[in-house]
Amino acid sequence: MARTLIKGNEAIGEAAIRAGCKLFFGYPITPQTEILEYMSRRLPQVGGTFVQAESELAASNMLYGAAGAGERVMTASSSPGISLMMEAVSYLAGAELPAVIVNVMRAGPGLGGILPGQADYLQATKGGGHGDYRCLVLAPWSVQEAVDLMRDAFDLADYYRNPVLVLCDGVMGQIMEPVEFADERSPCRPLGAKDWATTGWQGDRPRAVINSLYLDPDRLQAHNRHLQAKYDRMTRDEIRCAGPDPAEPLDLLVVAYGASARVSATALEVLKTRGVAAALCRSISLFPFPSAAVARAAARAKAVLVVEMSAGQMLEDVRLAVGERRPIHFLGRQGGILVMPEDVVDAAERILAAPAVREGAGG
Amino acid sequence: MAEIAAFAKPASLEATPTHYCPGCSHGVIHRLLAELLDELGIRRRTVTVLPVGCSVLGYDYFSTDCQEASHGRAPAVATGVKRARPDLFVLCYQGDGDLASIGAGEIVHCANRGEKVTVVFVNNATYGMTGGQMAPTTLPDQETTTCPGGRDVDQAGYPIRVAELLSTLRTPAFIARGAAHTPRHAIHAKALLRRAFRCQMEGRCFSLVELLSICPTNWGLPPAEAGRWLERQMIPYYPLGVLKTPDGPDRAPLPLATLPEAAPGSAR
Amino acid sequence: MARILIDRERCKGCEQCVQACPQGVLALGRGFNAKGYAVAEVVKPRHCLGCRLCCIACPDVAIQMWVAGTLYHYFAY
Repeated sequence: MARTLIKGNEAIGEAAIRAGCKLFFGYPITPQTEILEYMSRRLPQVGGTFVQAESELAASNMLYGAAGAGERVMTASSSPGISLMMEAVSYLAGAELPAVIVNVMRAGPGLGGILPGQADYLQATKGGGHGDYRCLVLAPWSVQEAVDLMRDAFDLADYYRNPVLVLCDGVMGQIMEPVEFADERSPCRPLGAKDWATTGWQGDRPRAVINSLYLDPDRLQAHNRHLQAKYDRMTRDEIRCAGPDPAEPLDLLVVAYGASARVSATALEVLKTRGVAAALCRSISLFPFPSAAVARAAARAKAVLVVEMSAGQMLEDVRLAVGERRPIHFLGRQGGILVMPEDVVDAAERILAAPAVREGAGG
Repeated sequence: MAEIAAFAKPASLEATPTHYCPGCSHGVIHRLLAELLDELGIRRRTVTVLPVGCSVLGYDYFSTDCQEASHGRAPAVATGVKRARPDLFVLCYQGDGDLASIGAGEIVHCANRGEKVTVVFVNNATYGMTGGQMAPTTLPDQETTTCPGGRDVDQAGYPIRVAELLSTLRTPAFIARGAAHTPRHAIHAKALLRRAFRCQMEGRCFSLVELLSICPTNWGLPPAEAGRWLERQMIPYYPLGVLKTPDGPDRAPLPLATLPEAAPGSAR
Repeated sequence: MARILIDRERCKGCEQCVQACPQGVLALGRGFNAKGYAVAEVVKPRHCLGCRLCCIACPDVAIQMWVAGTLYHYFAY
């Protein structure tokens, strides 16, 4: 299969189409508008439907309707638009509808800026919408990985009957990298027919009612428990991370995802040439968070450095995983400013030079 | 002599007794829609999209596949269903708050894009489910729980005439207004609904039928008197009839008036 | 002749049928159903034309009409 040099946003669109996405509803917002434009061109070519909605509110609810009618559907937006979609995400989760939602993150809060950010982690993993629900959240660090995760995202959404959030940052959306679009393969999870979808009641199955309203409290609690059981299965089965090699020595564990992980990887190469034993635990699934992998890796290190383009959001999950056992440091940038490799190198050297760490207090 | 049934419950209506208040027009409108689904034979390919409002439990009453939308978003949900499965008949059912307030954006764009769905807009000039608050359709000086002294048009503006508003869009559509408070009006409303349904069945255009309805509980009137209030107060402001048809005259904007010639030497 | 059958437990006593009937066939009766509603009753059965305006007016589909002999449609419905 030939390799193509392609922009992240367009690759995401192409990957979705190859995964069988039939409908795309979206609204322009920087830095993801290319996904919209690409889908408007490509979807009709493969017999799909593209709709530019009047707002993200509308787009996310069109997603609900089309997902309820049993089709593979997708939307994309960036941080402020994703906020508008949070109501629909809660409804999608409550009504158990599959959908793929791509967030090409930008700096916030509010209108913020158009440059990349990673400050939507809490919104994505802890629930930007109301109620007890979770989304499966995947974070690619390269355009190739974005393509691969998009393909899985549709399967996972159908399998769990849940929205799946693909969290790219603006870097992933805008860079151009060589990508291979893999041939068709069978779904990554076993999938059945969508007999719950509203396709017209012929009398051969119960009436399909797509709904998240349960006025009776016992029924609503039972429904919630059913959802929680699903999220427990996700936590058990859908952890993805690229952890450090367990055989290698480890002084400093760097935890990062997306573009920050790419930058950290570069920094680690520099640190290696200086004889520093530092390694990266890269979270690919943000929900479920690879707590066990992070904790295990942290136990071998003297200190942990979390790198994010935010004020510290995944940092909270790292703290939960590691606890008081190791000192946890944070390197963050906001405003759309990228963390640079030299920032990570400097931080790492400062952390490892500190007396407490040098004396092996964490050892 | 053998008896025949002159009137019976339509098959497209569940037998479940409704939770609606005594006299509520929702019951009549649900039945009219169900009768049409039966008569036109489209029940098996119908998806009903329900709003947030008194009819939120409509999925217990319509014998079709149903989707519950979030408040105001029913036209967007209906768009999603129809685009995903254009062969399905999509019926979108909404009340005043759902359609004219929080959903004002969604209905305008659904109509403007010409989505081939049918919207039934139940207008009772109040927010029923939540206990009778002011709606965009509440009449001037009408008392509600959030305008206890009556709707003050200086603060809240005038009520919105949704059918007129949507009929000014360029995209072809069938837009009509009827009422459901007397059987004579219900018979007329059913004819309007039938025309709207046919527009979707023929794949012609967007259709919306606004139906003036009584809400005895929140108007503070016995059901027997609520109909008279509707006749006296609502119909003059919300006239009945067909406002737009897909092959009706184009309601193009009028040309700009030309500016008068300026006197030589004077500033324009 | 037309025969009206009112489902007492579906009726909510809203009187739409009473108002709809051009012949005064129906009225709200005494007594209550299980939900506490006073329900509509047929008080002048021989006056019924079989026009079905009561059935059409009822929000609760509580009225059935049975007709022996020819059914005249007074209007298209």
